[in-house]
Amino acid sequence: MNEADFLGRLKKFEGQPAATAGVGKDLVNEPMIRHWCEAMGDTHPAYTGPDAIAPPTMLQAWTMGGLSGHGDGTGRTSGYEELFELLDGAGFTSVVATDCEQEYVRDLRPGDRVSYDAVIETVSERKTTKLGTGHFVTTRMDVSVDGELAGTHRFRILKYAPAQRSSPGKGPGRAEGREAEQAPLRALRPRPVINRDNAGFWAGIAEHRLLIQRCEECAELRFPWLPGCNACGSGRWDTVGASGSGTVFSYVVMHHPPFPAFDPPYAVGLIELAEGVRIISNVVGVAADEVRIGMPVRLEFRRVDDELELPVFRAEVA
Amino acid sequence: MKAGDELAPLEIPITRTLIVAGAVASRDYQDVHHDAEIAREKGSPDIFMNILTTNGLVGRYITDHFGPTARLRSVRIRLGAPNYPGDIMTLTGTVTAVEGEVAEVRVTGANGLGNHVTGTVRVAVPGRAGGES
Repeated sequence: MNEADFLGRLKKFEGQPAATAGVGKDLVNEPMIRHWCEAMGDTHPAYTGPDAIAPPTMLQAWTMGGLSGHGDGTGRTSGYEELFELLDGAGFTSVVATDCEQEYVRDLRPGDRVSYDAVIETVSERKTTKLGTGHFVTTRMDVSVDGELAGTHRFRILKYAPAQRSSPGKGPGRAEGREAEQAPLRALRPRPVINRDNAGFWAGIAEHRLLIQRCEECAELRFPWLPGCNACGSGRWDTVGASGSGTVFSYVVMHHPPFPAFDPPYAVGLIELAEGVRIISNVVGVAADEVRIGMPVRLEFRRVDDELELPVFRAEVA
Repeated sequence: MKAGDELAPLEIPITRTLIVAGAVASRDYQDVHHDAEIAREKGSPDIFMNILTTNGLVGRYITDHFGPTARLRSVRIRLGAPNYPGDIMTLTGTVTAVEGEVAEVRVTGANGLGNHVTGTVRVAVPGRAGGES
């Protein structure tokens, strides 16, 4: 399924209920209020004593599924589950909350039984963040007591596929806190998708050869690799090794957005090889803002991590 | 209280205990808030604070400042850099508007990685109408 079709399926969930007539698992109660205040270090006098109110910021806590999850009585709809299954199935398996907007209409007091209804407001198009790529899902919940609105709770989460990180030599119990910040785990470059149509190209890279396809019928060179000839349609081909010399045909300098495995600014060049075909790759050995069209470059191979080697092009200094 | 008033900063050491206690007190058993190994598998360097705890801390910061009569009316927050163990989050706030006894405060919570939270809180402070300090 392509991205547009997938987005279309996601968009169908907008406006659908996420929870209907859910009921809080616990009455608003003094022990949970006290535990909350202890955790937060909150000593506000309104939250203790015979006339105590619950800290308003606990609004969502009264609606949580807890360890036993959102089973019977919590009002969680099948639509909400289906949306999550759809996102999980597409690889967006991780979840992180990004926004919470709460309005407090009426105090909650020990003994109150909250009920709630929620609607899926929006599902975003695909977004790439520092964490990874995914979709934002925004829900809005109305929390009531005895049919009277107590508060509203708008919540946005990101369902995402985590960006890959390397973890060299890091087992449990080491890098913590500040140390982890100073030596952040480095994300890996995306893996190439290797299939029958391009396996020969990657086999060449492994041997430090940049192979260009050549049509056996008309001798037309082609790159990137394709099953058939653009010129005559023949499916028969062999390869020639690139000499390694080329020039910058065009380029962009990437500043934003940052992707976890890349360190902006960096130059992405469209390199015209001496053989006449063009390849997209990094231009190295020169500051990103000094890359110029027509600049002579030479092929080299760069090991970017334990498992991946890539062809890059080094600027040839005049 | 008046627009432009700055709240005294509040430093909150981000400990594992705070992260886990906050997650449990908010009934949030997502593993990334208490299990460091699973958090790493999911792409984080460590466990990190859940949004409900951040929400609670922001609320506390505001009512600590405005005193025993203060009542929260709304809290709207957006998360950025995660709160990992070992870091310190410093909450700062500026009153952006006062209408009657309700103040609107812009809040930022910065940690070693950047802004963990930015948001706006509306708080009612009976007996403290606009203009009084």
